[in-house]
Amino acid sequence: MLVLTRKSKESIMIGSDIEVTILSIEGDQVKLGISAPKEIDIHRKEIYLTIQNENQLALTQLSKQQLNQILSHLNDAGERNEER
Amino acid sequence: MLIQTSMFGEMTIEENDIILFPEGIPGFLEEKQFVIIPISEESPFLVLQSITSKEVTFVMINPFLFYPNYDITLPESAVSLLRLKKPEEALVYSIVVVKQPLNQSTVNLQAPIIIHPSEKLGKQVVLNDPRYQVKTPLILPQRKVSNG
Repeated sequence: MLVLTRKSKESIMIGSDIEVTILSIEGDQVKLGISAPKEIDIHRKEIYLTIQNENQLALTQLSKQQLNQILSHLNDAGERNEER
Repeated sequence: MLIQTSMFGEMTIEENDIILFPEGIPGFLEEKQFVIIPISEESPFLVLQSITSKEVTFVMINPFLFYPNYDITLPESAVSLLRLKKPEEALVYSIVVVKQPLNQSTVNLQAPIIIHPSEKLGKQVVLNDPRYQVKTPLILPQRKVSNG
């Protein structure tokens, strides 16, 4: 990993079109400003990891019959509402 | 073409039904081609199936049917990748972690699957909107009472 030391208001360039600026440093919090081409996604890492993990959990191994059986409760709930 | 699916067995799809996810989806970056299969005509649930990996199968819903106040703004990265000219062109789906009983299921409202149907392009978009969570309890929609 490349390690650079920067002060507040200083920047680094990643390639020619991504700029990361240290906006402020307060205690253990650093505020970053990021300028990047609009095609580039920028996320807090823990959010990206959460989505990755959730997608793994969401893989379904249900058969159509099993899924329909679970979803049949949805129809029951709907019918009960209709009867009211 | 023939594809293998975990839920529907072997099935025939049209090349034209394949949606390209140029970036894959988080956790499945190699999976770039999917089809969307409705579970049945009347069901609000659909399946997002990889055409290359049988086991890569997700259950999805249209979030607006279940959460009428759901309201998202797509980041420019998504608009650009999906070649969207107008927001109305986008189809929005949410991945469901299906549990039994159904009311234990959760819906990922933070990272919707966005499809541009005419371009056959898709992307899972991670929203930076604190209102929406990865594990939102599935709230079953109330059907409208027909006789008032």
